[in-house]
Amino acid sequence: MAVEIETSLTEILARCHELSMRQRIPDDETDTAIGYFPVYFPEEIVHAAGLRPHALLGGGNRIEVRYADARIGSFVCSICRTTTELGLNGSLKGLGGFFAQPICDAAKHMAGIWGRNFPQQDPQILALPQNVNSSAAVRYVYDEYQRLRGILAQKVGHEIADEAIRESVRLYNENRRLQRALYAMKRDDPDRLSTVETYLLVRAGTRLRREEHNELLREVVRLLPERRVRTMDKPRVIFLGGFCEQPPLELIETIEDVCFIVDDDLLIGQRWIIEEVPEDGDPVWALAESYIQRSASSPVQFDARKPKEDMLMGMLRAARADAAILSAAKFCEPGLDDQLALSHRLDKEKVPYLVLEFEEKMTSFEQMAMQVETFAESLLFE
Amino acid sequence: MTTTVPARDARSAGQRLVNQWLANIHTASERGQPVAYVFVMGNAVEILRVFGFELVFPEINSLQTGVRKAAPDFLAKAEDYGFSPDVCSYVKADVGLMLSDMQHPSGTRMPKPNLAIASSLCNVYIKWAEIWERHFGTPAFVLDIPGKRFASWQPIPGTAQYDADKRWVEGQLRDLIARCEDITGKKFDLDRLAEVERNVNEMIRLWVEILTLNQQRPAPYNSMLDGLTYIGVLNAWRGTPEGVEYMRLLRDEVADKVARGQGRVANERFRLIFSGTPCYVNLRRLVELFETHGGVFAASDYLTYAAGGLDSSGLYYDPSRPLESLAEVTTLASQLGLSNHFFSHHTLAQQVKDYAADGIVYHGIKSCRTVATSMADNREYVTTRYGLPTLYIESDLIDPRYWSDAQIKNRVDAFFEVLEQRSLLKGGH
Repeated sequence: MAVEIETSLTEILARCHELSMRQRIPDDETDTAIGYFPVYFPEEIVHAAGLRPHALLGGGNRIEVRYADARIGSFVCSICRTTTELGLNGSLKGLGGFFAQPICDAAKHMAGIWGRNFPQQDPQILALPQNVNSSAAVRYVYDEYQRLRGILAQKVGHEIADEAIRESVRLYNENRRLQRALYAMKRDDPDRLSTVETYLLVRAGTRLRREEHNELLREVVRLLPERRVRTMDKPRVIFLGGFCEQPPLELIETIEDVCFIVDDDLLIGQRWIIEEVPEDGDPVWALAESYIQRSASSPVQFDARKPKEDMLMGMLRAARADAAILSAAKFCEPGLDDQLALSHRLDKEKVPYLVLEFEEKMTSFEQMAMQVETFAESLLFE
Repeated sequence: MTTTVPARDARSAGQRLVNQWLANIHTASERGQPVAYVFVMGNAVEILRVFGFELVFPEINSLQTGVRKAAPDFLAKAEDYGFSPDVCSYVKADVGLMLSDMQHPSGTRMPKPNLAIASSLCNVYIKWAEIWERHFGTPAFVLDIPGKRFASWQPIPGTAQYDADKRWVEGQLRDLIARCEDITGKKFDLDRLAEVERNVNEMIRLWVEILTLNQQRPAPYNSMLDGLTYIGVLNAWRGTPEGVEYMRLLRDEVADKVARGQGRVANERFRLIFSGTPCYVNLRRLVELFETHGGVFAASDYLTYAAGGLDSSGLYYDPSRPLESLAEVTTLASQLGLSNHFFSHHTLAQQVKDYAADGIVYHGIKSCRTVATSMADNREYVTTRYGLPTLYIESDLIDPRYWSDAQIKNRVDAFFEVLEQRSLLKGGH
């Protein structure tokens, strides 16, 4: 039985790995795939239109950059560069739409790059607000979501009914519940479910229809309690820095060789809404309100209600973590700025931490492994 | 605010106004004057004027560390403190200032802010304001101003979309007014806002005239040298009678130069458009590299987006409904001008036409993703689509480590060879 369970999980994870690494838009999704740049996107509206949300997550460390270097400054983060490369090398030619968001200045430029090079994809900015503390914010997000709804309706040639959006909300609510269950499991029983596995399971959702992803996650949640586990003694850490550009899998594995990552902000956009989106009433209003009132935090969203240091300390407490790994993608201004504020708080609270800088395209991890091992040892001997 | 003695020429008038502004900042705390930290793009200065805030522009403080050759020390302090070399050098210079007991190389001791406004037109503004929150304990007020969503975005008054964006900005301005009332203990005065707006309108009218006068050949001023001093003054004195007076003096002076056929460059041979922010640490050298070839920067996108709300699109307030109009113009200025660096290809090509320019010079900034992320792509588009000669050089705002004189000079020289050849083919100037 245990072998069968492990075999099933291995197969599922292998499939998730294959899906996660998929960069090209499959032929059967041509023109229905709606690409969006991180962090969060109201996928429910896209789904309700019968289209396929496609999270653009860069090219990772298996892409050869041949064209994009001539189009983007040398001091810009890798995810902008490799996403542009995927556009220029034809991998994303099947996109039927492209949305960037004002998460940072480099990301806003992606709409300009796309507009100049792929105007047929109707590229633009979904202007999610940086001020979420105004009483006018929900109404503004609602208006911007309605604009999105109109654009998508035009693409599919019919109105997107409220009921269709409500149905998508129900589906995504289930998806979020399942993701929360995975995160609770890796927090409470990290021997049973690693962060690499959790990550692959979540990331696969960016390439699957949400119905299929729910099915996959339900199966994993059913199998995991029966999984045979070997108990290990490793320090418990949280990992921050994966809210936009994604660190290579090898980096997460390197950390997990010596630590349990019991919480993280990897692909935070997939878990941005932290509670149920109301399934009754105006569904677009419910999504807009949830964006403002029921959401996570990240370095690219100013929110006076969520001081970053307090969020970090809350995360450490909730995950019962011993330490933090404060990471940032190279050239990521928001991530780099936050690293300093967070490390000052950790100094004050006497919480051990390690600062790392990564690039999605990095391929050598020996030096980082040494850093992480030394850090883990220092935690064990404390 | 203390006023200044009028001067007869724009240069000395501008200098006096800058000195006066710095003196006002220096003494603000002892005079019990509230202080606001603001940025040059999207700052709602009109509201702050109503409440009598002294304005500190940390961007200007930072660029001044470059102009005054003090930037390396400030940058080093911030990096020693833990900031990455890849962080915006303006931010680091400002952190250096905080770590230097706010003693600015201009001699001004910068006061702490009572209010800090960060607009979303540059996301680094927001991260920067978060640093102030931690250092000074002053909560940031983030003003989200939705920019254009795509290159051909046209905000059309009366449409639902226009109303949505305007409503959003107006809602936030009302929040800002409430915060200002809390800080200053003063009631908001709508009539005073109208008065400030009338002054801004006059400054906009004059500013558009001044920009247009540089369409003349020879260009009376260099937009990347003289123009920078103009926008410094007009940012600091926006909405004031002194600002209007300065602009009038400046307009007269520039118009007089045009009438006399006096150009900035003695023998103007090439007219250029500059895209991007300048390298303040080598400002004169940068301009000199072009002027020795008879090249003048007739226009630049910098003079549009760094001119605060004084957008060159010629947007004017309606003082009969001051608050609504402020929300409208703030939104329109963002969508027609201030958010243009993401989609500036057509605007630059239009500037080439308007200013009868021979080419575009792109200046990529190492630590400024707002301006420089897609410049190379923009250049590729403009070159291919419009067949315009372009040059791409790269350095930084104020970090001298990224200025490579020989490399930049080589590229500039090669660019002029191309311009010379084109000129010969066209039969010369």
